[in-house]
Amino acid sequence: MALSTRHLLGIKDLNRSDIELIFETADNFKTVLNRPIKKVPSLRDVTIANVFFENSTRTRLSFELAEKRLSADVINFAASSSSVSKGETLIDTVNNILAMKVDMVVMRHPYAGAGIFLSKHVKAQIVNAGDGAHEHPTQALLDAFSIRERFGGDIAGKKVVIVGDILHSRVALSNILCLKQLGAEVMVCGPTTLIPKYIGSLGVKVEHNLRKALNWCDVANMLRIQLERQDIKYFPSLREYTMLYGLNKQILDSLDKEITVMHPGPINRGVEITSDVADSKQSIILEQVENGVAIRMAVLYLLAGQQS
Amino acid sequence: MQNLTLLDGQKFQITIQRLCRQLIENHDDFSGSVLIGIQPRGIYLAYRVAEELRKILPGSKIEQGDLDITFYRDDFRRRNSPLVPNQTKIDFIIEGKKVIMMDDVLWTGRTIRAAMDAMQAFGRPEKVELLALVDRRYSRHIPVAADYVGIEVDSIASQKVVVSWKETDGEDRIVLVSEAK
Repeated sequence: MALSTRHLLGIKDLNRSDIELIFETADNFKTVLNRPIKKVPSLRDVTIANVFFENSTRTRLSFELAEKRLSADVINFAASSSSVSKGETLIDTVNNILAMKVDMVVMRHPYAGAGIFLSKHVKAQIVNAGDGAHEHPTQALLDAFSIRERFGGDIAGKKVVIVGDILHSRVALSNILCLKQLGAEVMVCGPTTLIPKYIGSLGVKVEHNLRKALNWCDVANMLRIQLERQDIKYFPSLREYTMLYGLNKQILDSLDKEITVMHPGPINRGVEITSDVADSKQSIILEQVENGVAIRMAVLYLLAGQQS
Repeated sequence: MQNLTLLDGQKFQITIQRLCRQLIENHDDFSGSVLIGIQPRGIYLAYRVAEELRKILPGSKIEQGDLDITFYRDDFRRRNSPLVPNQTKIDFIIEGKKVIMMDDVLWTGRTIRAAMDAMQAFGRPEKVELLALVDRRYSRHIPVAADYVGIEVDSIASQKVVVSWKETDGEDRIVLVSEAK
């Protein structure tokens, strides 16, 4: 069994059996991570470069930990402290890193398609850790893996609503593609200005009323308002957004069923989600982070295993 | 394809029972010993041996686990695609215990090397022994020898030894499979 792709650039390139293979492998790595000794020697002759052109806490740490648990050699590169600011191009930067005999590149970049571009010009295998507002495949995989775990193994038929800044979110697009591929029903919810015009073509429902959306769903994935990507005002004020689309204990308790709450992080407490909801037992935010390491181990293991 | 049956039926069962008696010689009531079957096929041997030991020693607690070695293999990235792992199920600590590793066929010895690596994640055993139902002699790539052997077989590399189990395959049988010339 092997993945149908050499790089992980987006969920769009994965078929259902790829996703299931990643989940089954991640199940095994999750048991490894719960042992006293959490390290396996699988990738001991593999060198991986984490190349981050954009800030990250969770994703970078999670990838680095996954690589180290697999015994890979790891180098880290942050654009802010590098020669990129001296005018080096992306291909040159990466080729220079590859000249140091690197096998895989995990890259985050502020521009959509950066990973796809790179995969066509360099020899190493590329893992996309987020490219602009395009895709964030490992986040979508760990989200779906966490839902699967919460519901005892099956995602098909589950109703998931993604709430917030859908327009600027790579997590939203990857999540939609991944959940649809696994047979879930997906809805997006947010102010009209933050919902892409043709999102319906992906086969998702659109709802502008948070209460209606929450009453429909089994799982609510709350996204952050990406102020750093918003060059114009999309809504009158953050306070108004919170009043209309923020998830608080009051709304959650008034629903006739107990839904599961997710958040890809970083949380803006008091904006899209209140602290009492984020820390409640309905929230699986920290499980998502835990599963992130297992999912990334599975992805790196399966990709690295394709090389001869 | 040519199949030669090496062992089946009652003889197969006698071999298993003989291995159990040999284990009892060295491990008494198994209070400080554990059985570990190596995935994917060694686990059936461990199940069977544990079952027999429970019959012979009704008062003893026989601990038995499944060990997957996929992530510890030395041929990763030397195959076309990675192997899909199996489940590891060891719900006891092997620290200070005598471990009896079991696999159905001992051939190159590489699986055993990986298993010894994999086992370390569960503690430092006092002693490790190896039980193999079939020992394919003169074919080792690594200096590994079994402490308990069901049968010894002389075979060439192109042949395969296949062990079937009553519980999963319908019958107990060891077959030597040769490619037709």
